Amino acid sequence: MVRPRLHLRALTRKLLRDVWEMKSQALAIAVVVAAGVTMFVTYLSNFDSLVRTLSRYYERQQFADVFAGATRAPGPLAARIGAIPGVDIVDTRVVADVTLDVTGLDEPANGRLVSLPSPGAPALNRVLLRRGTWPDPARPDDVVASEVFCEAHGFGPGDRVAAIVNGRRRQLTIVGVGISPEYVYSIRPGDLFPDNRRFGVFWMQRAALAAAFDMEGGFNDVALTLAAGASSDDVVARLDRLLEPYGGRGAYTRALQVSAWTIENELTQLRMFGLVTPAIFLSVAAFILHIALTRALALQRGQIAALKALGYGNRTIGWHYVQWALVIAAAGALAGVAGGAWLGAKMADLYNEFFRFPMLDYRVSPGVALWSVLGSLAVAAAGALAAVSRAVAVPPADAMRPDAPARYRPSLIERLGVARRLPQAARMVLRTLERQPVRALLSMLGIAAAGAVLVIGLSFIDVMDVLIDEQFMQAMRQDVTVTFVGPRSADAVHAAARLPGVMAVEPQRVVPVRLRAGARHRTLAIIGLTPDASLQRVVARSGAVIPVPPAGLVLSRVLGDVLGVTPGDSVRVEVLEGARPAFDVPVAALVDDSMGVQAYMARDALHALLREGRTVSSTALKVDPRDLAQLHLTLKALPAVAGVAVREATLRNFRQTMAEHMNLIIAFNVGFAAIIAFGVVYNAARVSLSERSRELASLRVLGFTRDEVGRILLGELAVLTLLSLPVGAVIGYGLGLFIMTIFNNEVYRLPFAITAQSIAWSWLTVVGAAALSSIAVRRRLDRLDLIAVLKSRE
Amino acid sequence: MATPSAPVFVARDLTKVYTMGDVQVHALRGVDFDLSAGEFVVLLGPSGSGKSTLLNILGGLDVPTAGSVVYRDHDLTTAGEAALTEYRRDHVGFVFQFYNLIPSLTARENVALVTEIAASPMTPEEALALVALGDRLDHFPAQLSGGEQQRVAIARAIAKRPEVLLCDEPTGALDITTGVVVLEALTHVNRTLGTATVVITHNAAIAGLADRVVRLADGRVVAVEHNAVKVEARSLSW
Repeated sequence: MVRPRLHLRALTRKLLRDVWEMKSQALAIAVVVAAGVTMFVTYLSNFDSLVRTLSRYYERQQFADVFAGATRAPGPLAARIGAIPGVDIVDTRVVADVTLDVTGLDEPANGRLVSLPSPGAPALNRVLLRRGTWPDPARPDDVVASEVFCEAHGFGPGDRVAAIVNGRRRQLTIVGVGISPEYVYSIRPGDLFPDNRRFGVFWMQRAALAAAFDMEGGFNDVALTLAAGASSDDVVARLDRLLEPYGGRGAYTRALQVSAWTIENELTQLRMFGLVTPAIFLSVAAFILHIALTRALALQRGQIAALKALGYGNRTIGWHYVQWALVIAAAGALAGVAGGAWLGAKMADLYNEFFRFPMLDYRVSPGVALWSVLGSLAVAAAGALAAVSRAVAVPPADAMRPDAPARYRPSLIERLGVARRLPQAARMVLRTLERQPVRALLSMLGIAAAGAVLVIGLSFIDVMDVLIDEQFMQAMRQDVTVTFVGPRSADAVHAAARLPGVMAVEPQRVVPVRLRAGARHRTLAIIGLTPDASLQRVVARSGAVIPVPPAGLVLSRVLGDVLGVTPGDSVRVEVLEGARPAFDVPVAALVDDSMGVQAYMARDALHALLREGRTVSSTALKVDPRDLAQLHLTLKALPAVAGVAVREATLRNFRQTMAEHMNLIIAFNVGFAAIIAFGVVYNAARVSLSERSRELASLRVLGFTRDEVGRILLGELAVLTLLSLPVGAVIGYGLGLFIMTIFNNEVYRLPFAITAQSIAWSWLTVVGAAALSSIAVRRRLDRLDLIAVLKSRE
Repeated sequence: MATPSAPVFVARDLTKVYTMGDVQVHALRGVDFDLSAGEFVVLLGPSGSGKSTLLNILGGLDVPTAGSVVYRDHDLTTAGEAALTEYRRDHVGFVFQFYNLIPSLTARENVALVTEIAASPMTPEEALALVALGDRLDHFPAQLSGGEQQRVAIARAIAKRPEVLLCDEPTGALDITTGVVVLEALTHVNRTLGTATVVITHNAAIAGLADRVVRLADGRVVAVEHNAVKVEARSLSW
């Protein structure tokens, strides 16, 4: 009978059958490869998808290239701005920040009102209407509200929100729900995290907004696009000069626009994460492949000799065994690409929560998929190559002879006489470990790698806790921050002290400035603090409280880097409000802080420079919790209040939204680390089993019970696992520090932190994975065919 | 019957020294050995007499420390790794005491390992038929008896139509009945294909099959005997 046969070369058949024979080990390795590739594909495909989505969104909705705010500029200035060489389209607007009284929210919220373009006018930063309609020209209180705000409150067209507009309470009617490229990342000015319940953007008709803020015939905000090839620096400088007489607050480019800047930083981090984490996983995969192959090849010693005798060359034989690794890696990589496609879509959904696009068009980038497959193959080949070249290099005549019995001697512990009365099994375990110290070390390091990945994954939880502690318990200890509409006299401090429940008041002076050092500059606000402030303080990542010196600036270290200044250097401070003075101020200190780019100064020094009295822009309040509700009610109605930040609410929001995001990432990491732990330990156990099956079978024949034999094999594994725990913690600590250094960006610089509790969890997981593998190997050991093992020639 | 003609191998003054740990082992101490086309030679000697070392050097699996070995116009003494591989691929068939079959390949596939890379091989089916295993083509080594496995090894060795067949203790792991079947297969191949055959054994009873018997002891050739009449494998006993 002739069966149709798939024609495969004999060596190919051998390859497939051999890999099938070691399928459970191959699976464990492939899963580790798959985990690395999944992360690579997830992160980098999201990166690509975000970049693609953003650029299309920015382009379609005409996201501006340069932005600037002013106090009030006359309408005709628009034409002069348009005449600046390199400017393409100019769009002037009226923008105002207001306090909101939202039904269902105790504390006041903040709103930003942005004017919609008049019909027919050129429009930049175009709002995309998602639901409802545009405001009716006959109804001045009609607004289009930002989608994230509406979702947070369950609002839709027809709902109303009360706003204190220029001192008057008005009911805004939501007629539409929209999104804008300017608020992809929607954050209240000065905040560290988005809070969609307490911050919303509302687009209104220009006429209505201008009337409310006395901006008829004028504007206080301008956005423009650049013509191709135009120099943004040049345009920014010219725009600043034009706006200066009108209270210009400093123009900035898209790169520094809050939403775009945050996303850019997030993207950089995403790409880093997409490269570094999989690299760790794939190294581990290469490593266990190496160990598994080394052992498999030792078992194939006779076959290698036979192939050589038959006339197969070293290259052919070497390639044959490298293919083992490639087959396993390819299987893992393909599964990883599939996993990345699935998980990546989940992550894209998460990004859609934080960043608001018309639609995040997620797809696996073919380039990323291709690179991940090629990368896994290369890494696997590298892991295999050393093992294979060593095995293949053995001269055929030597390979023909069985391995000489391994040389054993009493282990160090025995020689030291420490444990002369160790049981026989323990002695065998120790001697085996000591006889092959490199193998033992490698296996131990493999398990340690799993522990290390777990430590890194779990450390994110600790990092978040440290960040929360630093921000909300150390740096910003006030319960409520009240921001005034423009600078106020010192009377405002006394007024604040008389508010319900207020126990302590710390005045702050916040001044919009442009800091300049040589050609480098950055627009931000100097925060003037009381030197002995106990509520809002300057805190370094180390947890140290940095006192604000009586004179000079304290800058975030990243800001120092941006400006290229160190303590002792002087920076030019160009004030962007009032009389717009400019002066040189020395840098007193750089602080290695966690969030954003900050500049602090003693309040009195700031007053002196501005030649003003004890003016305040905001106050930090310590409030009796029992009176908080009453305080909220009062603040909601105060016309002088532009914004209110409530710590409890911020913290709660942070824990909810950020934690949700982080938890998913942490779950990824921990899940994958557990997979690695199992993969490594299972492999180590299987290798020991195959290596020692003959010896163990002999012991069984001599009358050892299964338990006793199992103890010898698993004892070795237990020793390696225990040794790996501290090593894994140290490696994890080092890698974690390294990753945190890489992830430093302008938005945040995470402090690396790991608690004893996380270390304990990582250890428990590794031990658990080891226990599971032990059970699997033990079952295999119990099925060992004694006779067959003993009769076979090693 | 093969009459001594042009020598296939000419080996002169072969010396092989292994260093094992701190000890130097002299496996061969100046051995001369010739092999003619179609000749059937038995190398006889106790363990450690240097038989396997000589066979490995003839087969290009090992190189001598001193002396020369020439296969027709190939100088194996100076040949590099690649040249030796090519030599083994084109001219030599090996049969080992422990068969050295690839356990994950069937009988047919084990033979195919060779036929796929040889210049003018027979088919695996033909080779296996020659050793009377035409009905066991798709069995894996684990499904075959020791004698059958060794016959697969012989089929694998001869499938390339080698000029020399080198057998290291081919019956060493077999009982007499199966051993005889294997030896029959070897003499059958020697007669029908004219393959020069060298068989290593420490079993003197096998010597009767040979045209010539070379006795080794302690790395030296101590005696050479020519058999006027060869016995048939099936009449052997030990």
